[in-house]
Amino acid sequence: MTGPVLVSVFDQEQDILQATAAARQAGIEIVDVFTPYAVHGMDRAMGLGSSRLPWVCFLLGLFGAVAAAWFQYWASAVDWPINVGGKPWQSWPAFIPVIFELTVLFGGVGTVLVFIAWAGLRPGRSSPMAGFRVTDDRFALVVRPLAAGPDRSSVETLLGRFHPLSIEERDLALDVKGARG
Amino acid sequence: MEREPLADAAVIRRVPLIAGDKSAADVTRDVVGALDAKASPLWWGGLGLSVAALILGAVAITYQIMTGVGTWGLNRTVGWAFDITNFVFWIGIGHAGTLISAILFLLRQQWRTSVNRAAEAMTLFAVMCAGLFPLIHMGRPWLFFWMLPYPNDRGSLWVNFRSPLVWDFFAISTYFIISAIFWYVGLIPDLATIRDREPGTRRSKIFGFLSLGWTGSFRVWHRYEVVYLLLAALGTPLVLSVHTIVSTDFATAVVPGWHTTIFPPYFVAGAIFSGMAMVLTLMLVARTTMRLEDYITPRHIDAMCSLVILTSGMVGLAYATEFFTAYYSASPYEQFAFYNRARGPLAWGYWIMVACNVLIPQLLWFTGVRRNLVVVFVIAILVNIGMWFERFIIIVASLQREYLPSAWSDYTPTSIEVATLVGTFGLFFTMFLLFCRFIPVIAIAEVKGVLQPAPGSRQVDDGHRGHRPGIAPETGS
Repeated sequence: MTGPVLVSVFDQEQDILQATAAARQAGIEIVDVFTPYAVHGMDRAMGLGSSRLPWVCFLLGLFGAVAAAWFQYWASAVDWPINVGGKPWQSWPAFIPVIFELTVLFGGVGTVLVFIAWAGLRPGRSSPMAGFRVTDDRFALVVRPLAAGPDRSSVETLLGRFHPLSIEERDLALDVKGARG
Repeated sequence: MEREPLADAAVIRRVPLIAGDKSAADVTRDVVGALDAKASPLWWGGLGLSVAALILGAVAITYQIMTGVGTWGLNRTVGWAFDITNFVFWIGIGHAGTLISAILFLLRQQWRTSVNRAAEAMTLFAVMCAGLFPLIHMGRPWLFFWMLPYPNDRGSLWVNFRSPLVWDFFAISTYFIISAIFWYVGLIPDLATIRDREPGTRRSKIFGFLSLGWTGSFRVWHRYEVVYLLLAALGTPLVLSVHTIVSTDFATAVVPGWHTTIFPPYFVAGAIFSGMAMVLTLMLVARTTMRLEDYITPRHIDAMCSLVILTSGMVGLAYATEFFTAYYSASPYEQFAFYNRARGPLAWGYWIMVACNVLIPQLLWFTGVRRNLVVVFVIAILVNIGMWFERFIIIVASLQREYLPSAWSDYTPTSIEVATLVGTFGLFFTMFLLFCRFIPVIAIAEVKGVLQPAPGSRQVDDGHRGHRPGIAPETGS
């Protein structure tokens, strides 16, 4: 997303939380909030929905389990059955450890890869917010002004109540993630 | 909509976790500043020693691979000894890292934020050291991929999935991969912090590449927390499974002293015990040499000491249970195996193990001992020694006196085996020291999340801001 946005910078966790909640209640479009750490309660303030990543993780883990169970059975009992100490070809109890490990491997690695792809993280990508110290100690609320003129100034008045260090209009190339993902 | 995967982790705030009334900017400055500072002579000395040990190990490994496993002191009776001892020892050390990063995360133990980064790094390096031993023991390590069930031109001969050694291969590989990912995911926001600190510098460019373009967007943070929680939830059973599977390497064999069902919990408790001792050792060193006294406070040391007491008790209980089970089994072989541990040729090792693992850690019940960091350091080292001996005794004392007295034998490690062990310590500490110099040793973003608002800061002064943030802003239009 590109275009003019209003960036308000705060230096207290409480301020950004209250400013975000207030902006949302006032019906202002919150483009994104930038914080140095995962601020407790910010998801409620922004009205973010719950994530579908647990389902992604569950399905990938299930795939790992089924794949491991099937492959072990196929390799040990179908493709080349070998008698090891008289154990049955389909030694299910002995297959459990590898089934478990592959469940964890597929679930864990897959979830992280899906997250990275969803968030658009890739080596060398630059951050448009680099100048705002949001990875150090500042919190930035980015809203889209409703239009020009009075609307913008009312937004500024509203946010001004929460001790912002600065409020400025910027053209930022922000990659905004949907409310669900 | 209202669900908060992680949020409650930040609710309980009593004694400050981080000393010195730090602000978020202070945390960045302290942790990243430690990387800017010139390396201390102590660090250079440590690195020199570690690299020397590493070179010794590299020479020993090269020699034994060129000559063969015959350079070890193994014989037909004692077919596993030093290498498997070291393998189990190093894997066990790694487990404390996952305990801190995953299990304590699920248990909402906020003090973990100061130590989790270093503990996770420790896990990675320990698993690397552990992996070396089975690799060399294969005899032809360049064919290690034969452990993988890949389509091959031997008729597609698959691996034997009923073998605990194959389970081990899958467990250790998964453990390493998941630990590495967990560590890197946790590192991404901190890499971005370093990137944004001094734009344009070479370090900023390198960390910019590694931080994958992290912006600090809360929409991403929100999902990031979910990913972190999922990884913790997967890592918790994983760490239990890894040492369970390691213990089945022994428990599925018929050797007296190995063939017991107590092995999985016994091994897992021992692993966490030895790992906590190693975390304590490293943290006490890092705290002093990296000037992190405000981040790794006596409270952190105290919490880790409590875990050492707990796991020491579990290990002690397991030792006693083994003896009782042997007595109660009415199996003369099982009974003899334990008589041999306590009174046989390796009894000295057995009693070192009992003293270091069960008796000495009891000193940590005393607050005065837990507050004396020098004593804690010494106890941690002794626990490390004791846990090494535990594995040595389980393996060698059981094998050297098996069923047939005519097959009894003794075992002495060769210089090559000792040099290999020294080499893995060199590898471990070289990696750890380099990690301390180039990567933030404290999880910056996580520590910022558990900071207390400094007394006297505005939100405390202001009358209208006394309520909990983020719930009901009274200013809502």
